[in-house]
Amino acid sequence: MLRISPEEIVETLLMVHQQHLDIRTVTLGISIADCGADTADEMGRRLYEKVAHAAERLVPVCEAIEREYGIPIRNKRISVSPVAAVAGRCARDDLTAVAVAMDRAASTAGVDFIGGFSALVHKGVGAADDALIRSIPSALAATERVCSSVNVASTRAGINMDAVARMAHTVKEAAALTAEADSVGCAKLVVFANMVEDNPFMAGAVHGAGEADAVINVGISGPGVVRAIIEALPGDADLTAVAEAIKATSFKITRAGELVAREAARRLGVAMGIVDLSLAPTPAEGDSVAEILEAMGVERCGAPGTTTALALLNDAVKKGGAMGTSSIGGLSGAFIPVSEDAGMVRAVTDGALNLEKLEAMTAVCSVGLDMIAIPGDTPAETIAGIISDACAIGVINNKTTAARLIPAVGKVAGDHVSWGGLLGAAPVMDVSRWSSAKLINRGGRMPAPLGSLRN
Amino acid sequence: MKTRAIVSVLGADRVGIVAAISAALAEQGVNIEDIRQTILSEVFSMTMLVTIDEDTHPFEDVHARLATVADELGMQVTLQREDVFRFMHRV
Repeated sequence: MLRISPEEIVETLLMVHQQHLDIRTVTLGISIADCGADTADEMGRRLYEKVAHAAERLVPVCEAIEREYGIPIRNKRISVSPVAAVAGRCARDDLTAVAVAMDRAASTAGVDFIGGFSALVHKGVGAADDALIRSIPSALAATERVCSSVNVASTRAGINMDAVARMAHTVKEAAALTAEADSVGCAKLVVFANMVEDNPFMAGAVHGAGEADAVINVGISGPGVVRAIIEALPGDADLTAVAEAIKATSFKITRAGELVAREAARRLGVAMGIVDLSLAPTPAEGDSVAEILEAMGVERCGAPGTTTALALLNDAVKKGGAMGTSSIGGLSGAFIPVSEDAGMVRAVTDGALNLEKLEAMTAVCSVGLDMIAIPGDTPAETIAGIISDACAIGVINNKTTAARLIPAVGKVAGDHVSWGGLLGAAPVMDVSRWSSAKLINRGGRMPAPLGSLRN
Repeated sequence: MKTRAIVSVLGADRVGIVAAISAALAEQGVNIEDIRQTILSEVFSMTMLVTIDEDTHPFEDVHARLATVADELGMQVTLQREDVFRFMHRV
């Protein structure tokens, strides 16, 4: 007997073919704990061998799952242990050679990005962390697929303001070294507060210290599906009904992710890690988080009410998703990257959305200041101020926040930059002309916040 | 290994759709367990519950054969494992 109704079958097909339902990423996390060596070259050789071997079946297995279940898996990716955690023995070397080996391993495995050229420095910078951060600009310029992330703050440690300032300079150097490509290096570099250990999404994916040797983490998608469900509601449906509809859809999207995660882990013979409930947009028309907010009722993303709509969306996605999987993890919050979301780009172009509103939106969703092009001559101290503001929201509110800013060399506010593919294109956004230099130059650490008096 | 799957067929109505799809399935040793079919404003829509014997005819082969029929008929034909629907639509 057909236990599934034809309507449910048609609904599923529509979700895939018209509303862009897909699995955004299947990310294989691989421990490189055994790849340390006395030189960066040797570490790179060991890393290449390990990763290329461990990931050789990832792409064919994902492609088979796509065909059999009829749900596209948009990206197959790899994350490795934070390189700085393994690079202690070669900390006197420039670590670019390690990044080049990661790039080669990703290419051999047929994946578009590999994450983990990373360090955690929220309390202090060790010798290997120092070497890694020093190598980031050249590593991002010398590679195509390597993503880098640095955790500079946590709720338990506060904000390492020296590290924030240093990362601001690193961002500028990365921009300068890739100036001819609209400073694309910075699109692969993210600065975190409360970085998570099981994030499947780039640029922030790393294979955390608490993980098994190899693990499958899956990131769901489906902004188009959520928007379609809201648009199908009566125009006067109240927000409770909107939340209800989002929850029901989120359940279905999450189940698709759970199924793919289980199958991929089983076929690869590795542990199933988590399903990340983040709604992730792409530059494709209709696959936009901004357009969901607009379907809910703000004329343009960024108008007053946008933070409310986003908060409702983010919470309803989690509530529906929580019924769909018992392995929620990663970032699990809506993404609002500017260049990767056609609706966000339109909102910026139309003057509806600015950096300050994006910062407010960060408070109620995931990794807020994401893929934002800013003028190339923005002072490093201003960039540090923007990063530390994002961190402060994360640290105080016990959540992950991050900044991925691209100070595009030679560009001014209103210019356009384009990186192609999933990274998209964006207008260069205006930044405050008021200086943050005195605050940033004080350095030191913003102490960890008190956790009990929560008003 | 027996795998339950759903075949869905969508497109402009014409003579011989059911015949062509069932012939291709029979050729691949696929058993049809249930069929629902309807025509809505001249759009032909059919869903079939089938069992594939993967020991003799791998999923990939059935998939490829149906893709050929889809091209010949000029219709959208999809083959998906049944679990995906159970997973997505049942709590």
